Amino acid sequence: MNPVKENRTPILEVDGLSVRFFTRDGELNAVRDVSFNLYPGESLGVVGESGCGKSVTALSLMKLIPIPPGNLEARRLHFNGVNLLRASEKKMRDIRGNRISMVFQDPMTSLNPVLTVWKQMGEILELHMGLKGGELKDRCIELLGMVGISEPHMRLKSYPHQLSGGMRQRVMIAMALSCNPSILLADEPTTALDVTIQDQILRLIQSLAKDLEAATILITHNFGAVAGMTDRIMVMYAGKIVETAPTMELFHNPLHPYTRGLLQSIPRADRETQERLFSIEGMPPDLLRTRIQGCSFAPRCEFTTQDCTMHLPPLEKVVQDHHVSCWKAK
Amino acid sequence: MNEAVKLNQSERLEFQLEQIEPPKRHHWILDLFIQLVKTKPLGAFGGLLVLCMVITAVLAPVIAPYGPDEIHGEKVVQPPSSTFVFGTDALARDVFSRIVYGARVSLMVGFGAVGLSILLSTIIGILSGYIGGFFDTVIQRCVDAIMSFPWLIIMLTVMAILGPGIRNVILALALAGFASGSRVVRGAVLTIKESEYVMAAKAIGCKQWMVIFRHILPNVAAPIIVLGTLGLGNAILAEAALSFLGFGVPPPAPSLGRMLSGDGLDYMLQAPGLAVFPGLAISITVFGFNMLGDALRDLLDPKLTGGLGGRN
Amino acid sequence: MRKYVIRRVLLLVPTVILLSFLVFGIIRLIPGDAVELMVSEGGFADDTKELREMLGLDQPIFVQYFKYMKGVFKGDLGISLWSGEPVLSEISRRLPISFELALMALIWTFLLGIPIGVISALKQDTGTDYALRSFAIAGLSIPGFWIATLILVFGAIWFKWVPPMDYIPFREDPIQNLSQLVVPSLVLSLALSAGIMRMTRTMMLEVMREDYIRTARAKGLTGWTVVIRHSLKNAMIPVVSIMGIQLAFLVGGTVIMESIFVLPGMGKYLLDAITWRDYPVIQGINLFICTLIITINLCVDLLYGFLDPRIRYR
Repeated sequence: MNPVKENRTPILEVDGLSVRFFTRDGELNAVRDVSFNLYPGESLGVVGESGCGKSVTALSLMKLIPIPPGNLEARRLHFNGVNLLRASEKKMRDIRGNRISMVFQDPMTSLNPVLTVWKQMGEILELHMGLKGGELKDRCIELLGMVGISEPHMRLKSYPHQLSGGMRQRVMIAMALSCNPSILLADEPTTALDVTIQDQILRLIQSLAKDLEAATILITHNFGAVAGMTDRIMVMYAGKIVETAPTMELFHNPLHPYTRGLLQSIPRADRETQERLFSIEGMPPDLLRTRIQGCSFAPRCEFTTQDCTMHLPPLEKVVQDHHVSCWKAK
Repeated sequence: MNEAVKLNQSERLEFQLEQIEPPKRHHWILDLFIQLVKTKPLGAFGGLLVLCMVITAVLAPVIAPYGPDEIHGEKVVQPPSSTFVFGTDALARDVFSRIVYGARVSLMVGFGAVGLSILLSTIIGILSGYIGGFFDTVIQRCVDAIMSFPWLIIMLTVMAILGPGIRNVILALALAGFASGSRVVRGAVLTIKESEYVMAAKAIGCKQWMVIFRHILPNVAAPIIVLGTLGLGNAILAEAALSFLGFGVPPPAPSLGRMLSGDGLDYMLQAPGLAVFPGLAISITVFGFNMLGDALRDLLDPKLTGGLGGRN
Repeated sequence: MRKYVIRRVLLLVPTVILLSFLVFGIIRLIPGDAVELMVSEGGFADDTKELREMLGLDQPIFVQYFKYMKGVFKGDLGISLWSGEPVLSEISRRLPISFELALMALIWTFLLGIPIGVISALKQDTGTDYALRSFAIAGLSIPGFWIATLILVFGAIWFKWVPPMDYIPFREDPIQNLSQLVVPSLVLSLALSAGIMRMTRTMMLEVMREDYIRTARAKGLTGWTVVIRHSLKNAMIPVVSIMGIQLAFLVGGTVIMESIFVLPGMGKYLLDAITWRDYPVIQGINLFICTLIITINLCVDLLYGFLDPRIRYR
């Protein structure tokens, strides 16, 4: 694991990203003031409960948030020197699937059921690489082989429902990596899969990304999944980053009560079997029905004081590369 | 660590989050009405059209200046004037009055047919869905067979057997329409049947008919309301078509469909109003029911995809 | 796929048997006075007893049924009381006209309904969408026979246009024949395309929310590629499936259009048969149309299976 060097130029700069949805029931602040940098080849983990805004963050990096009802704001959103906020739809299409690509959560629904694997893989290579005919087919077979699918030339003619969940996710990965992207976004890529193949898929993503020197953002609700895979972890809660640190630092020295709670709730084989698994009491706030004034974790936090409920804690540096948003953490 | 006092759970909630109150609940029909007006202006407009037509039909003797069959001497096929707003027909009758009374007949036939058809489809749908098994299979095959008959063919055949008359038109319309309705009701019953509260009712030993009347029936009300509203539009259209072809409401009862019938084509060339106004009355009424029904479907049951078929 | 076909065909058998019961039962429902009317008005026989014998009503009901069905399998649908000719040959003479009318209406329906539905879905909740949807509801609300009547009346008043009184078969003069059917088929297609348009819109909106559309957009495909390649085929599958239901409405519509535009098709024949109380003809047409519709429905179901690979490869 190589520590992040501050002097390198980031491939992705995000500053003050906020995403809001205007729904019939009111305004939903899905992502609030998220800032981070991603460096070439780096692997970043984003951890949080479902609904904390991590998927929306990923989608907004590709500007795939439907506008309206969505609304995307940021002070800075630069990819490789290109200002994505100003980029035209055409410019964005050149980036999507080509420079930044994404693997989605559910491979059952993320592949088009009425098109063959060949059609779905071929179109992205044709679009961004200009491949045609035999060359295109060879590349598809090569990619399928690369993600560990046996008899790739046979699988090309298959429809998604003829493949197992793991195989479908491998196809998704092959598609996402087909144009050698600079950034690979993986949104809970293993959640919908059998436990037995989750690890395989994660390792596949990690090793292929390393080979292609692509930066990855691995989104998950499972700390166990990111432990050995990422250089740095960002913990999100209710649309905000609450803590960010290099992976080892975070595991050894978690500062935010939410991060600690998440870490304690990982089931471990070496613990006493009689011991009850830790769980954080309460539910994350319903972002639609509540207005948050202070720290959004305060209702579930055991250290809450009046101060926490009134004032929003800023994301502050504690040690090198370790930032936390909590009044009590220092 | 800060020295401030720690808060307990309830205090935390109280200080931290301003809970936004959920909207007040009224009786569901009032609620539906409010929602309709607020979120579905087109549906509310449709409802208004329907209301106007119903008032016209009910108050026909007050609204119509003349009787529907009153003959005004020699004033045959006259263009619209101040005495005869829509003109007169070939028998020197006031077209406006005939349309007002015709709307009455249309709505009467429509409500009669839809009422009967809904009754049939509710009974068949509930029994078929609730009993299930072989009984359900047999009933559904029958429904399949009936549904493959074109609606107009069923109605024409039934009319051919029963002979003319308003009551027979109502019966023919109901027979042509109940099968598809029963399928919708059955679908709703099947989902409700598996729900927890019906399971619970059965578990505490509720009698079969109690389960049906207390739990199933109120819960299929929503699809039935939608079905009925859209069905009314279709029934009025179908009655008009049947009368247009000469197999519907028999003379002398005024019927909007028959007023357009091909026999009067020569007179329509002299006074195009004869062709325009009755059709306009049918279209506006059906348009109102369809708009209202559509909006109700969106509000009550977004999954229901009835009312797709086109009728001429 | 083979299993799917076999299952569909097997499901057909009970439906057809039930259908024959229904159609056959209909003629048994004629009340006594109707037979009397047939004698007095139609003059089909000298007295009711003779007519009952002609119709086979004097025999036990199951004997009648088996006799009739035996005839049906031999291609004998009975004899028309009015013309004295076999019902089947009368039907086959008129069928091509109705078929052509229905086919043309279907083509209009697809040409109008699907593109408008797609546009309406893509412009969801804009003025265009509201306008198109209101037009669709209007299309379902305005009776086709009224539009046809207005065309006849105002066509004659403004353009001195009168529809030809004689039907010209396709083989004699294809252009004349087609131009003769343009107006009726277009009027007939209005309500149908309104239905298809609404279905297409709903299905497009549903499909556009699917995960695989997001995947397609994440690939960097243009909006139109996403719509045509990734959405339309998925959306069309359910639209095809309701074509079966539409068909029943289509047949009803042809009856009306044939009556207005004086086209000697099946619909006109049925209307005449009802006017003359020619019950064997009514029975024959009913059986014929229903069998036809069920067969076409089967084809639609098979097409559905063909369009949807999840069914095709089961």
